[in-house]
Amino acid sequence: MIKFEEVSRIYSGMNKAALAGVTVDIGKGEFVFLVGGSGSGKSTFLKLVLREFRPTTGRVYVAGKNIGTLPERKIPALRREIGMVSQDFRLLPGKTVHENVAFALQVIGKPRSLIKRVVPETLEMVGLGDKMDRKPDELSGGEQQRVAIARAFVNHPKILLADEPTGNLDPETSVGIMKLLNRINRSETTVVMATHDWAMVDQMRKRVIELENGHIVRDQERGIYGARG
Amino acid sequence: MRHALSETFSGLKRNTGITLAVIMTMWVSLSLFGAGIIAAQQVSLLKDEWYDKVELSVFLCTAKMSGNNCDKGLDATQEQKDQIHAVIENSPEVEEVIYESKAEAYDDFQEAFSDSPVKDSLTLEEMQDSYRVKLVDPQQYQSIKSQLSTMRGVQNVQDLHQVLDPIFRWLNALQWGTIGLSVLLLLAAALQISTTIRMATFTRGREIGIMRLVGASNFYIMGPFLLESLIAALIGAVLATGTLGFSVWFIIMRNAQQTLQTIRWIGWEETGIAVVSIVIVAIVLSVIPTMISARRYLKV
Repeated sequence: MIKFEEVSRIYSGMNKAALAGVTVDIGKGEFVFLVGGSGSGKSTFLKLVLREFRPTTGRVYVAGKNIGTLPERKIPALRREIGMVSQDFRLLPGKTVHENVAFALQVIGKPRSLIKRVVPETLEMVGLGDKMDRKPDELSGGEQQRVAIARAFVNHPKILLADEPTGNLDPETSVGIMKLLNRINRSETTVVMATHDWAMVDQMRKRVIELENGHIVRDQERGIYGARG
Repeated sequence: MRHALSETFSGLKRNTGITLAVIMTMWVSLSLFGAGIIAAQQVSLLKDEWYDKVELSVFLCTAKMSGNNCDKGLDATQEQKDQIHAVIENSPEVEEVIYESKAEAYDDFQEAFSDSPVKDSLTLEEMQDSYRVKLVDPQQYQSIKSQLSTMRGVQNVQDLHQVLDPIFRWLNALQWGTIGLSVLLLLAAALQISTTIRMATFTRGREIGIMRLVGASNFYIMGPFLLESLIAALIGAVLATGTLGFSVWFIIMRNAQQTLQTIRWIGWEETGIAVVSIVIVAIVLSVIPTMISARRYLKV
């Protein structure tokens, strides 16, 4: 589903590569933890999948397509296949929970009848069926992240990317979010989650890809956060 | 589409002040621009008409007038007149020639200035006999003019170019000045629009970020911004059209045309051309700055 071939990314003005010669293959329906310290290249990895920029060298494939050669106008179509959740939720404060999730469908031109049906379903799934008319600032951090996940998943993307989704949440709340991501993964969605949360990684026993200074230093099935090999 | 319209509307409402500023700048600058275009058409109309009528006036020597080809203190002789007339008649450039005697010239003068004190400033003796020459092609006047200028008994050959060229030079300068001024103002309007859009993309940064993330198309994201500036510009264009239409009707049709009936004046057709130009300029000047600033700020 996601394939990197010798991918390097050097930001302009920096002489060090954020990502250097990364080759990795993430299959359909996999759940992958992307771990490593700040500046190890986790975010760059996710941004390359989203085609926020092109790799400096190498090729990135998403769903079999080389997205480095994707013309600008086809980027929206790519992004409709990918859901993205970030540490800071990125909800619109003026809109209700329902409107926030519906927004993601409205702006890609989905019909109203579909939105009316799918949004409550998705909010029900993330456990916010009873809070659809609240504004984000009336919700807890965990609930806000659930809204963000609902928004990322409402269009049933093939891939869900999560950049430190539990970074701002307490451990207990984080468990809930992890369960939710796991559940989404079981519906055949490939999930790639960048995280610092070692307890979570150890507990889940999923594939772990560890980055350090832009290199992959570990790629382990059923891995844990710390140990190598 | 419904999204685009409602976004456009709320955008216009949010930026009422700046939108009004854009509309007013557009209004004034487009009015000036249109006025320049109408003036240009009026000038070219006058040019065509006047230069078409251009005749050479061949003034003959009189006892009171001095000239290189005149015998001092003498009128042009009949023999000289015949020779001049023959040259004019036989020239292929000439379509028609009329002899105007000094008495006829005096009567014309008296009639033209009948209500004015200027009337008495000239006496019959100060007038000149002349040939009024109409040319086949008014532009081809140089050779016959130079030929006649050297003939005995010709005091002076005057062609209308001498009189009209300076007038048209001034009119030209005036009309280009107007257009130049309007271009400056139009530039200001374009900058205003670009700033407005930049501010709007900035205040809606989070929303735009989410739209990009979930895969909204560029057109979907830019549509409201485009419509917003297009609407402001078109309102400006409509106001400018009204201003021009009223001006043409009031200044030209109601007044100028009544008082100066001898001149051809521009009408609705020429005004229409100006209006079409205004609308095109308004569209271009709103869409292009919007595209430029939105593109830069909407980039992933």
